[in-house]
Amino acid sequence: MHPILETRKLCHVYSQGTPFEQTALHDVDFTAYAGEYLGIIGHTGSGKSTLIQHLNGLLKPTSGQVLFDGTDIWSDPAVTRQTRFQVGLVFQYPEYQLFEETVYKDISFGPKNMKLDEGEIDRRVRQAAEFVGLTEAQLAKSPFELSGGQKRRVAIAGVIAMEPRVLILDEPTAGLDPVGVDAILGNIRDYHQATGATIIMVSHSMEEVARTVERLVVVNDAVIPFSGTPREVFRHGAELETMGLGVPQMTRVFLRLRQLGVDIDPSVYTVEQARDAILAAKGVG
Amino acid sequence: MSGPIIEAQDLRFTYTNAEGVTPIVLDGVSLDIEEGSFVAVLGHNGSGKSTLAKHLNAILLPTGGKVYVAGMDTADQQKLLSIRSTVGMVFQNPDNQIVANVVEEDVAFAPENLGVPSEEIRRRVDEALAMVGMSQYATHAPHLLSGGQKQRVAIAGVIAMRPRCVVLDEPTAMLDPIGRKEVLGTIARLNREYGTTVVLITHHMDEAAQADRLVVMSKGHVIADGPPRTVFQDVEGLKAVGLTVPETTQLLWQLRQAGCDVPLDALSDEECAQVLSDFLTA
Repeated sequence: MHPILETRKLCHVYSQGTPFEQTALHDVDFTAYAGEYLGIIGHTGSGKSTLIQHLNGLLKPTSGQVLFDGTDIWSDPAVTRQTRFQVGLVFQYPEYQLFEETVYKDISFGPKNMKLDEGEIDRRVRQAAEFVGLTEAQLAKSPFELSGGQKRRVAIAGVIAMEPRVLILDEPTAGLDPVGVDAILGNIRDYHQATGATIIMVSHSMEEVARTVERLVVVNDAVIPFSGTPREVFRHGAELETMGLGVPQMTRVFLRLRQLGVDIDPSVYTVEQARDAILAAKGVG
Repeated sequence: MSGPIIEAQDLRFTYTNAEGVTPIVLDGVSLDIEEGSFVAVLGHNGSGKSTLAKHLNAILLPTGGKVYVAGMDTADQQKLLSIRSTVGMVFQNPDNQIVANVVEEDVAFAPENLGVPSEEIRRRVDEALAMVGMSQYATHAPHLLSGGQKQRVAIAGVIAMRPRCVVLDEPTAMLDPIGRKEVLGTIARLNREYGTTVVLITHHMDEAAQADRLVVMSKGHVIADGPPRTVFQDVEGLKAVGLTVPETTQLLWQLRQAGCDVPLDALSDEECAQVLSDFLTA
């Protein structure tokens, strides 16, 4: 696997040299591999937002390095600028950042800044809109006439239209209802499959990451205590609990089932896995 | 429980939007909320649940039908102050609800406006902060608190008015899991220990599961109403209106689909584990 983004001994200290000095990241070695769907979990204040803001050069390390495709993104201003186009970042509640008169103009803002020609911009806007399920008629509307879930899709399309090789989303489903959550997660999955781009999704829902990502990185107290496949990470149930993260509900039920004396493998984390495990244990599967 | 504190009778609400379309947001909702109960209102975005909430303390007035709060018609302008101090409202975004620079001043804002004497305000503020577990932050600056703490301050600000009923419109939507737990714990205590009537508007199934009664809304109608464990058994009906059920119920439902004889009404982790244990050892 080829590492597309890496941090080496990354440290970030806010308000250094003042009484409010706070270490948000301490000696963090993080890797995202090209083409993977990666989840980052951590509670508020764990350092996860600080970490992702380093990945496209929004924050500069206090010490340590951030590498994109093996090159230090701060080695040259041209590299820093290029990284910002190649690593797209969708913030939390991105719908609050919409500002243009029409949906079309809002989505085209990023590609325009990349100095692409009109035809290319048009192609990208339409393709990005299609990925997130926006209709032709909606492109002509003011973004402020849309529902909350639709606005969020416009904001995501605006980043997708830059065709970044890495797409980072900070809690893209926060505050949405189940239909909205499924729609957004479906859009991201489609984009991942169609383009092969690397996806990094920040979440604090264990159930959500359990059913979407291939690999998980846990951030806690300014460090990465562990990472791995969801199954590997959810084995650290007790530690995750003390970090205020916990494990998915199905894992909790199965852990309890074992305590009740049932001999069953507790490393399940989705409803489907739980069903299959129960059916197998009963000899019906 | 002692009779309804809120009665909605054939409530209708409609408005004309910028394009001249007139959507019907509430289409004949009749609902009694018993004093002292904990009711969750569940629905997807656009189901009308927030519009319903705003009718419960006269932020919105019905375009058809009636809403009575403690017997007072919400359309009666004369009763507005009395209605609003009977039913308090907590909104989604804690940052939009905090007005003062010090926590205890923020909590004192409503009783000050109601003209409560200052010694009484002092008592109410201390009591309200104790109820939400924020006493030690009384002299802190609200903007330095976490989301869950801010939302508890907002709840304290409503409690300090001494309302008989508190309506919370998706109070945890913008909070992380720790904040959600804090706020839900506070809401449950408010109901169980202090007898305050609670109406919780949410689209989180696990939050709705904690209420005594669950009202499900879709397209401006109440489509289900009953104890959570009963309502959640209609897995397909809820899916059809864009809602899901807790994962525990989903698992038991899928097992039943596969021909297993398990009950559907086990909601908590513990209940679900018990059911599975009984099933596997039977």
